[in-house]
Amino acid sequence: MSFDRIREKLSILADAAKYDVSCASSGGKRANSKKGLGNTTAMGICHSYTEDGRCVSLLKILLTNHCIYDCAYCITRKSNDIKRAAFKVQEVVDLTINFYRRNYIEGLFLSSGIFKNADYTMERLVSVAKKLRLEENFNGYIHLKSIPGCSDELMREAGLYADRLSVNIEIPTVSGLKLLAPDKKHEDFIKPMEKVKNEIIQYKNERKIIKSTPVYAPAGQSTQMIIGATGESDRDIMYSATYYYKKFNMRRVYYSGYIPVLADNRLPSLGTEVPVLRENRLYQTDWLLRFYGFSVNEILNDSNKNLDLDIDPKLSWALRNLHLFPIDINKADKRMLARVPGIGMQSVSKIIQARKFRNLNWEHIKAIGIALNRAQYFITCNSKDFHTKEWSPLVLKNKILKSSNSKYKKLFNNQLSLFS
Amino acid sequence: MNPQTILLYDGSFDGFLCCVFIVYDQKTPDPIIRKEYQNDHQLFAVTEQVISEKDKAYRVWKGFRDKTTAVEQNNFFRAFLSEIKGVENTLLRYMQKIFTNAEKKGIDYSDKDILKISQVAKMVGREKHRMEAFVRFQRTKDNIYTAVVNPDFNVLPLIIHHFRDRYADQKWLIYDTIRNYGIYYDLSTVELITFEDNRKPDLKTIKNSHNDQEIDFQKLWNTYYKNVNIKSRKNNKLHLQHIPKRYWKYLTEKNML
Repeated sequence: MSFDRIREKLSILADAAKYDVSCASSGGKRANSKKGLGNTTAMGICHSYTEDGRCVSLLKILLTNHCIYDCAYCITRKSNDIKRAAFKVQEVVDLTINFYRRNYIEGLFLSSGIFKNADYTMERLVSVAKKLRLEENFNGYIHLKSIPGCSDELMREAGLYADRLSVNIEIPTVSGLKLLAPDKKHEDFIKPMEKVKNEIIQYKNERKIIKSTPVYAPAGQSTQMIIGATGESDRDIMYSATYYYKKFNMRRVYYSGYIPVLADNRLPSLGTEVPVLRENRLYQTDWLLRFYGFSVNEILNDSNKNLDLDIDPKLSWALRNLHLFPIDINKADKRMLARVPGIGMQSVSKIIQARKFRNLNWEHIKAIGIALNRAQYFITCNSKDFHTKEWSPLVLKNKILKSSNSKYKKLFNNQLSLFS
Repeated sequence: MNPQTILLYDGSFDGFLCCVFIVYDQKTPDPIIRKEYQNDHQLFAVTEQVISEKDKAYRVWKGFRDKTTAVEQNNFFRAFLSEIKGVENTLLRYMQKIFTNAEKKGIDYSDKDILKISQVAKMVGREKHRMEAFVRFQRTKDNIYTAVVNPDFNVLPLIIHHFRDRYADQKWLIYDTIRNYGIYYDLSTVELITFEDNRKPDLKTIKNSHNDQEIDFQKLWNTYYKNVNIKSRKNNKLHLQHIPKRYWKYLTEKNML
C-alpha cells in the first residue's frame, strides 16, 4: 500500500471522527480463540492520551467524510468546504491489525458519513468488521456506528461482529434536533436503539437454551449528546439520559461539550469556549445515578434546573438536605454512606469492612482516604470531636469552598470574594 | 538485651516465604527481613542467610492461602513485587495477623499494616496496568515484536498472562532494562530471559534491526495521534497526570519521527 496516501486519508478521517467522545473499550469480554490475534478485557485499556487529556483506546476513524446530510453541528456536513476522503475496506483492516499488533490500540471504532444511502454505508462498515473477525481471526474490540435507516438484516449482522453499537442522539431535545438537523427525524435515532436492545435480549434468551448461539454486541450500546449547542437545561439533558439508560439498556451515555467548528447563526459563535466544567458536572451526575443510588429527580427538578458549577452535584444535594445529616460512620447503611460528600464507593466498601473489626475514629477514616474537608460536616464517628454547630447551607458551602482546592477554583474567584 | 536478627534472602518470593518459615520455626523475636543486596551490615545484629526451599515456601503459602481470599493473596504478592525497602516486614506482620486471627470477616482496613499492603498493592496494580497500556512493540527483521520498558516496580511477572492471551499468534519480547530480564513468547510458551550486558536490547539496537515496514506504521500511528487531539480542549495538567513524562521515552507517539 502507498503509505503517503494512507497517511493523508488517516489525518482527514481521524480528524473528522474525534468529536465522538466515546472511546471505551470496556464492558465486553471476548477471549482469544484458536490462537488468533487479540482479546477484549472487561476493564478496557487506554493506550495513550492526547494533549487535551482524553484517552486513546481505539483507532477511531470515519470510513468516509462524504455525507449527504447537512446537520449544522457537524463538521462533515455537506455544505462545509473541507477536504474529503474515503478508506477502502482493506485499508481499515490493515491499519487496525498493524496498530493492534504493536499494542497501540484495543481495537477499532468505525463510524462514517452517509454516502449514497444508509444501507450502502452500513454494508461497508459491517464488511470491515466481518473481515477482521473472519479473515484475520481478530478478537479485539470493535465498535460500529449504527447508521439510522439501514435495514434490519444489516443491523443484525453488525451486532454479530461488533462488541458495541451506537447511534448518537447528538441533540438532547426534539425541538433542538428540528432546528439543527432538519433532514433527520428523532424516530430515525430511536429505531436502531430499539432494534439493538431487542436483539441483545433475544440472543441472550436463545443462549440460555442453545449454548452455541453467538453473542450479540456483548459490550452493549451507547449514545452521545452534545452539550451547550441548543440552550437546553441540565435537567433536560439528564432526564433524556435517564430515559435512554432505562428504555434501551444503554451501557453509557456520553456528554460532549459543544466545540464550535462552524459559523452558523443557529449555533454558539466560533471562539465560544467549550463548556468543559459543565460537561464534568454532568458526568458526575451520571455517576451518581449509575453507581451511588441517586435518582435523577433528587439532583435535578423544577426548583433546580441546572447543576451548580462551583460545587459537585453530591455536595449540592447534601446541602439541600442537611436535615438527613450527620450520620454515624459506624452505623449508617451502605446507601447513606454513599451519599456523604467526600466519600466514594471504594471508601464505602473499605469502611463497611473495617468497622466489623472496631469502631472507626477520625484517624481511621482519614487513613482510608476519604475527603475529610467535605465529609467532616456530614458525619460522626468514634470520637467526641465533631461539628455540633448548625450552619446554614450557604455558610457551610463557603466553608467547604475555602478549604478545598478545586482545579476550577480560579473560575469562581469573583463569586467567592462576595462572601469572604 | 538480645541482638536483633536480620534474615537475608535471595530476593525471590519463595525466599521471602522461607524467611517467614524460619521466623515461625525458630520463634525469632522481632526479626528484620531483607534482600541480600540491600543489606548494609548493621552493628549489634545477628545476620542469618536463608536458603530458598520450595517445600518450605509452599507450606507457608498454603497456610496463608487457606485463610485468605484471592484478592488478599493477589495484593500480598503485588506488594512484595513493589520491592519497597522494608515491605517484607510489613508483609510479615500482616501474615502474622492473618495466622493469629481465627475467624475471617473481611479485610480490616482500620489496621495500619493491612491498609498499607492494600495501598502498595494498588500502586503496583497501577504500574501493571500502565505496562499493559504503554508497551510499544516494534517489529524486527526476525519477526519478533520487541519492546523495552523500565517500570517503577517489578511488574513483568504480572503482565505475562495478559500479553500471552492477547498476542498468541506473534512472537514478542518485553525487556525490563532496569532489572535486566525480559519475558519472551515463542508462539508456544513464555520464558524469562536475560541477555548479557553487551547484547541487551535497547531503543537503538531495536531501531537498527527494524522490519521494512516498521517505520511506516510508526509514522501512521504518530499521524493518528496528532490528529485526534482537540486543540480547543487543551488540558496539559490532565495529560501529564495520565502519562507522566517518565514513560515518554518508550512511547512511539511521543517521539515524533
